[in-house]
Amino acid sequence: MGSAQQLHLGVALDGAGQHPAAWRVSDVRPSALFTAAHYLAHAKLAEAASLDFVTLDDTLALQPGGEEVVRGRLDALLTFAAIAPVTSGIGLVPTVTTTHTEPFHISTAVASLDFASRGRAGVLAVPSRTEAEVAHFGRRTLPSEVDAEAENAEVVDVIARLWDSWEDGAIIRDEPTGRFIDREKLHYVDFEGRFFSIKGPSITPRPPQGHPVVAVYGDSPYAHGADVVLVDEIRGARERFPDAKLLAGLSIVLAETEQAAIERRRALEAYAPFPPGPSFTGTPADLATELPRLAESNSLDGFHIRPAVLPDDLALFTAETVPALQAAGAFRQTYTGATLRDHLGLGVAVNQYAEA
Amino acid sequence: MPKQVKLAAHFPGVNNTTVWSDPHSGSQIDFSSFEHLARTAERGKFDFLFLAEGLRLREHAGKILDSDVVGRPNTTTVLAALSAVTTRLGLAGTLSSTFNEPYEVARQVASIDHLSGGRAAWNVVTSPDAWTGRNFRRGGFLKREDRYRRAEEFLATVRELWDSWAPDAVVGDKENGVFARGIERFVHSGPQFDIRGEFTVPRTPQGQPIVIQAGDSDEGREFAAKTADVIFSRHGSLESGKEFFADVKRRLPAYGREPGELLIMPAATFVLGDTEEDAHEQAREIRYQQVRPATAIQFLEQVWSRDLSAYDADGPLPEIDPDPDAEPLTWGRVRHEKDPLAVAAKWRAIAEEKKLSIRELVIEVTARQQFVGTARQVAESIDEYVQSDAADGFVLVPHLTPGGLDAFVDDVVPRLQERGVFRTDYTGDTLREHLFSR
Ligand SMILES: Cc1cc2nc3c(=O)[nH]c(=O)nc-3n(C[C@H](O)[C@H](O)[C@H](O)COP(=O)(O)O)c2cc1C
Repeated sequence: MGSAQQLHLGVALDGAGQHPAAWRVSDVRPSALFTAAHYLAHAKLAEAASLDFVTLDDTLALQPGGEEVVRGRLDALLTFAAIAPVTSGIGLVPTVTTTHTEPFHISTAVASLDFASRGRAGVLAVPSRTEAEVAHFGRRTLPSEVDAEAENAEVVDVIARLWDSWEDGAIIRDEPTGRFIDREKLHYVDFEGRFFSIKGPSITPRPPQGHPVVAVYGDSPYAHGADVVLVDEIRGARERFPDAKLLAGLSIVLAETEQAAIERRRALEAYAPFPPGPSFTGTPADLATELPRLAESNSLDGFHIRPAVLPDDLALFTAETVPALQAAGAFRQTYTGATLRDHLGLGVAVNQYAEA
Repeated sequence: MPKQVKLAAHFPGVNNTTVWSDPHSGSQIDFSSFEHLARTAERGKFDFLFLAEGLRLREHAGKILDSDVVGRPNTTTVLAALSAVTTRLGLAGTLSSTFNEPYEVARQVASIDHLSGGRAAWNVVTSPDAWTGRNFRRGGFLKREDRYRRAEEFLATVRELWDSWAPDAVVGDKENGVFARGIERFVHSGPQFDIRGEFTVPRTPQGQPIVIQAGDSDEGREFAAKTADVIFSRHGSLESGKEFFADVKRRLPAYGREPGELLIMPAATFVLGDTEEDAHEQAREIRYQQVRPATAIQFLEQVWSRDLSAYDADGPLPEIDPDPDAEPLTWGRVRHEKDPLAVAAKWRAIAEEKKLSIRELVIEVTARQQFVGTARQVAESIDEYVQSDAADGFVLVPHLTPGGLDAFVDDVVPRLQERGVFRTDYTGDTLREHLFSR
């Protein structure tokens, strides 16, 4: 390994790409967005380049906008579950809305994604803050932003307690005593929070990673406790999140020449403005030069790449930017571990209930 | 053409049916086990794979029950993952209408229907108790009637959501920039749910995913007659099967439905042997493994609500009566018998008449429909049950994970096919086609 810092790279697989008009210029069939094959194809591209993980956005409401934007989507966690058994290296980090779904279900669903992917699951925990979602559930009023965030933090806390509620090795299958499990290794979580209480233990044993990777956006007050923080505001981010794996969101528009990239961007902007947040428009090689520089000057651990158009920008990124980063010693040649925690260098998750 | 048999495979686990002490018993958690069973069922051209659901670990006498298989993954996650390793098999999961909300269940089941290309089914259960509710925000305060009121309105709401996108709403007209057009708003206003807005999932390949129902009370049967596609029942024997079948199908006309629109599929176990004697011997051994002495005492305690640990499982039933007012000792098992004194009296009579020990009695009274014999005999028997309207087919519950279905698929399925009562290949792509196309 060279002296250059090793970057961590996640990729967003939302819609037909990050730009609202991506679906119009992409070769992807619009109806393919509602199939597993679409997500599998792009996750395979990311996996072939040994990227750390892919993300998939979600909410419990329809995307805002009119006829001209992608509307409708499948459950993100289930979509990634449907590609988990047929991928082998890539981390899978679906967005999960924490406000309306029962925390118990979230905990077992993420643990089960970890089982189905053999240790490659994560979760991007996001509270719901829209009236539309409240109207879809109809049993509560819109929580204040502070309350939604506090509830999100409670959910993130309790789902990890539920993961830990079975120690590793709790299943003993001990013939002589007729015991299938050692119940000393199962723990009631007896969680009493402001928003809910949960008895536990989980119905699902501790998942392969112990703790699947928990990611949040940088505007979440919970960010300090998360494994991975995704930020759009790069400046000053490290000071705000000194301990997290800090990945900066970056939309990308790539082409073989800078001029061609600018033209691709213009063509998209003729349909709709570019989404807010940092973006890069240029050649794959220039992006490979830019990423380590940006990471170094802002103490970032890596990037959450948002291809403007799928598969185009992802294909160029994996075919050209990644090899250039590898040549510069800034990115792994191949997966060195099997789990998402391994990819991110997160170390073993300590079980809060296990006796030391 | 004779009536065609429907077949589903129950993923074993989380009860004493699953014999974990057998050297061939594998993990009930690892995805590879689910994959093995699903691939086997698909190789056998089964209609669907079935997952049960429990939302709290069983307890007995205040402690987590440690003698049976314990622990299971999340239902919808497993089904979605199975869609990746199967192409035709239906994928059925149990989801409680008490501890979920219509919007999310509609969305999860619809998502699985898309991801699997039209193979999703939802088994609507009402979940029994406040004890389970302690893992949930909503709690578990509903009485049975209220649970079914909620279930019925829950399902109606889910169906409204599934119908809310027109079949051709995803236009995908790149030229003119129309991605989707005319996504209908849904408005549901009822005693249980008052919700409105837009659904996020386009109309699914099946349009309406398959709905299964498993409750057995009058309320449960009525609910099924009104709206389910399949009943997962526990009435598998020839007599009680016929009775149940007739009872439920009799309820259909009131809802404007034909007998063929609701399929009755009882749970059944099976044991195959090279000879009939061999199969019966194996079946006896399996029952003894399923009902160990400690398990037998626990079963009694479940009815007696008393500590009976001092009794010998190989001895006679206790002279002492159940305590009808005590808190139940066992939590997390579906209780089908409601009056403990009557149950005890019935069990005493059986034990006396047949001269049974506690363990033998429990083996006797907890028996489910079991097909025991050579592959040919089992095929004949299943066919007979179906032709005589004791069932439309069966949900097979193997006693081993994950290889417990292998022999059935290799040996029994071909004999059903020879008899002309089971498909030799799938004729459609969706679960609805497997179940209902002739
Ligand atoms: C064969 C059978 C299987 C069942 N499986 C489940 C299950 O997996 N999870 C669950 O919560 N309830 C299960 N139930 C419970 C029922 O769905 C229902 O909630 C319960 O029987 C109470 O309703 P009832 O009084 O109408 O029977 C099952 C019931 C039967 C008869």
